[in-house]
Amino acid sequence: MRFIQKVRDSSLWPMLWKEFRQMGRDRFTVGMLVGLPSIQLLLFGYAIRTEVRHVPMVVLDQSGTQESRALVTLLTNTQNFDVAGHARGQADVERVLATGGAKAALVIPPDFSKDLKRGRGATAQVIVDAVDPLAASAAISAAGLASGTGISRLTRGLPEEEAELDVRVRPRYNPGLVSAFNVVPGLVGVLLTMTLVAITSMALVRERERGTLEQLIVTPVTRSSVILGKILPFVIVGYIQMTVILALGHCILHVPLRGDLAALYLLTLPFIIAVLAVGLLISTAVKTQTQAMQLSVFYMLPSMLLTGFMFPREAMPLFCRALAALLPMTYYLEVIRSIALKGAGLAQTWQPALILTAFALVLVTVSVKRFTKTME
Amino acid sequence: MTAPLASTTPGLAVETVGMRKVFGKLVAVDSLDLSITRGTVYGLLGSNGSGKTTTIRMLCGLLTPSQGKASVIGLDIATEGEAIRKRIGYMCQKFGLYDDMTVRENLRFYASIYGLRRETLRVRSEELLVNLRLTQRVDQLVGTLSGGWKQRVALACATAHQPDLVFLDEPTAGVDPAARRVFWDIIYELAGAGTTIVVTTHYMDEAAKCQRLGFMSKGRLIANGTQDEILRQFGQPTVEDVFVELQRRDEGVAA
Repeated sequence: MRFIQKVRDSSLWPMLWKEFRQMGRDRFTVGMLVGLPSIQLLLFGYAIRTEVRHVPMVVLDQSGTQESRALVTLLTNTQNFDVAGHARGQADVERVLATGGAKAALVIPPDFSKDLKRGRGATAQVIVDAVDPLAASAAISAAGLASGTGISRLTRGLPEEEAELDVRVRPRYNPGLVSAFNVVPGLVGVLLTMTLVAITSMALVRERERGTLEQLIVTPVTRSSVILGKILPFVIVGYIQMTVILALGHCILHVPLRGDLAALYLLTLPFIIAVLAVGLLISTAVKTQTQAMQLSVFYMLPSMLLTGFMFPREAMPLFCRALAALLPMTYYLEVIRSIALKGAGLAQTWQPALILTAFALVLVTVSVKRFTKTME
Repeated sequence: MTAPLASTTPGLAVETVGMRKVFGKLVAVDSLDLSITRGTVYGLLGSNGSGKTTTIRMLCGLLTPSQGKASVIGLDIATEGEAIRKRIGYMCQKFGLYDDMTVRENLRFYASIYGLRRETLRVRSEELLVNLRLTQRVDQLVGTLSGGWKQRVALACATAHQPDLVFLDEPTAGVDPAARRVFWDIIYELAGAGTTIVVTTHYMDEAAKCQRLGFMSKGRLIANGTQDEILRQFGQPTVEDVFVELQRRDEGVAA
């Protein structure tokens, strides 16, 4: 009973009431918090693409058989290549590539069909304009994939053991290597970090600048009520943002949501709290709102660059990986990508989830400890 | 108007012994010995930078004294800060309420922060709105109110929990004379109910309304007593003359 009394009399309730009231009055910020993710999602979802589609390709088919035509169809069916024209000879191919009339060329030798039927291992050549290495490597891998997965279809009708050239590079979860699939779930983490850190980094320092904090801290309000009062309302905002991004990503960019959505919502909670607490930590450390803004941008960059959102962590030097291990985003990316793309649930994601929970607890506790009810 | 009010509670509301506050090299308050009897309206006077606000902030627990001891309503400020906070009210110099909330919302927020709930909260809010002449503007956003109204809302919030002691740091700065008079009527009503009031001001007519005065200069309390005692001490006809004389001395020493 005493506990219930204590909960009922807690200064957290008036703090929450006040924060919601102010949030309700600040339509612009709330609108921005919900509208911004939609814009960013469409921007990033369409712009950040590492896969290259519809590369204009010139074809030199010296074989002129059913099989060679099947290979062309195979490549164009991936949508990575479009046939831009047919060349009459090797020189023609060189000329088209040099003038930029095509970015790739497919050269099928005269013996292609014969070699294939004999099971000798047929070769066809894909020449790629590699001026843009990113586009080139994407085109190369797409060509490799197409021939790898398509070879069995080309050799249909032949005895199994005779079908050579069985290059089976099969990327799982994202067979088309669609980068939106990788980007959109990550974007949930990025947008939550970006907006929520910025919002709470302002929270305390704004009250300090306006003079309202001085009036607040001479009351018996507890430190944890102030901190939790600043965090909890934005948990709801965070969930709304996440829902908007996932829904748009799913409906417009066709990003799959394969796993346990309930688990995803549950595991997003410690991440949101951790990120909000990072903002509050900034707010306890700075003197002005401008400083708060600068620091939150400073926090933002490593969260985007080091955590595996943009570049694979595997390729990073040890120092950067160690730094990334200190960012909640690193673990959240694991959680959300596993659940959304690999169809995982709690059973597969409990480890990063546990780390996120530890982050949330530690960061909130440190914020409460750092926040003092004095003006010094 | 200047009739002294009977002290209803014996004992001291504020007592400091050798209180000192240093910011870097600046000594803001120095060896301050201050005693304020319960139930009085005490005016703390002094020029800008004389240490009034720093003194009040230390007594409220907003700043920690660098040296010395102090007790507020019988509680030690060093160890019983939270207990003190429950029983004092404070109006800061810079208006400290939420501009984006209405009069009623600010009042409700502060009353509930001070632990008032449900029926008590409702009854007390109504009482305050009436006592502080705020009933016409309850649903107006505080940010759109004029100075005099704002200060009354702030006082309502600071006294929602019926504190024993109220600190008012320049409550009428920038407020027109009519609104100042209303404000002082309210201060007298509060004092009449037994609340100790510690107020800082630059208006000498307001200083004359206090039962006891303390003059601060360069962080030190240089005079303390009733208005008559102070006038006699400095051999000046009015409080304003004392103020000007002290200001002159301060600058004379500095030059």
